[in-house]
Amino acid sequence: MSVSVALEVNGRAVSLELDPRTLLVELLRRELRLTGTHVGCDTSQCGACVVHVDGRAVKSCTMLAVQADGAKVTTIEGLAQGEQLHPVQAAFRNCHGLQCGYCTPGMIMTTVDLLRRNPNPTEHEIREGLEGNICRCTGYQNIVRAVAEAAVALREAPVASASA
Amino acid sequence: MYAFNYVRASSVAEAVQAVPGGNFLAGGMTLLPSLKLRLARPDQLVDLAGIPGIAGIEEVAGRIVIGAMVRHSDVASSPLVRAKLPALADLAGGIGDPLVRNRGTIGGSIANNDPSADYPAAVVGFDATIITDRREIPAAVFFTGLFSTALQPGELVLRVSFPVVHRAAYVKFPSPASRYAMVGVMVVQAGRDVRVVVTGAGPCVFRLPAFEQALAANFAPAALAGLTVSADGLNQDLHGTADYRAHLVSVMAGRAVAQAQGR
Repeated sequence: MSVSVALEVNGRAVSLELDPRTLLVELLRRELRLTGTHVGCDTSQCGACVVHVDGRAVKSCTMLAVQADGAKVTTIEGLAQGEQLHPVQAAFRNCHGLQCGYCTPGMIMTTVDLLRRNPNPTEHEIREGLEGNICRCTGYQNIVRAVAEAAVALREAPVASASA
Repeated sequence: MYAFNYVRASSVAEAVQAVPGGNFLAGGMTLLPSLKLRLARPDQLVDLAGIPGIAGIEEVAGRIVIGAMVRHSDVASSPLVRAKLPALADLAGGIGDPLVRNRGTIGGSIANNDPSADYPAAVVGFDATIITDRREIPAAVFFTGLFSTALQPGELVLRVSFPVVHRAAYVKFPSPASRYAMVGVMVVQAGRDVRVVVTGAGPCVFRLPAFEQALAANFAPAALAGLTVSADGLNQDLHGTADYRAHLVSVMAGRAVAQAQGR
């Protein structure tokens, strides 16, 4: 069986025929070559595959591509405006919120959603908000610092929602 | 994943008609990982996301009625649920992680009846009613055992209707890795009745009549002093022994009562 899937990815209309087993992350990485979205654990634990579907951060390894039919999907590639990094990306760079970088796309996509819902989170709320994202390098300290810095930057200069 | 046919249902009737031999697909937070591990081999998945009228939260005749496809994050942030049933909003806001809460649904959670799921404690604690495509099922008889419910094959949960109660709180001890409840306790005071419901500790949610009687006489943590739970039949796994879980039940119950008192 194959199914038709039509969706918008980073503002671009995409239409494909797929095996219904295809995961959203497989559509993004294999069909569209958007390899910024990573697969870490493949078992819904690690959050490396987080993208936004209609403005909500979700694990794209635990969603069928066909479930995103008709949706607007934003990946890490869709955040920056040309050469200008999204404030969350900039804060992760400034604060060195990464070491190997494998978890970073998921961390950033989760953070963008977190700060949209809660523009002024406490440190505790940041840590709770990142519960679904695992980093094996940093010990999280600089990631939490990056989220706090991004929150300040976004409150001072909100970004026209790149992934609503 | 084994191959399956995908059906997007546009009505309840269409979903129920299409499901024999397959599974309903709600949020997919348990079903999709199960399929990826080849623990299940349905002929078809019947996606419920396109069915109108089962994804909203309403107040109907003094009750809060939550559609089966409502996501945990929407229950957690709903102004109506926060105002009328804050313990339910808190519980929904503590399920899994934010990414799971953005996909997982109340209907999927209760139909799956994972022994460590949070929602069954609330459904029994509030004495909710489960509304399906063919009948209404009281919470007291809905959860029948490990991953088992009173649902018939092909029966579809449409809504869960909660009475608004006086005071309630849910406190859990989450597994540090999975965030599933190793033990979660819901305490509800509804008029003169008190319900104390435990999830995570056993194969299925259960009530604690001795705790309930003590709290009906005196709704305070002190009323639970000296009350213990038997470890017989409780879950024992790499996360904790049955004895440890039995101990956690008393601790979580006391914390839940203290939190409910403040409401």
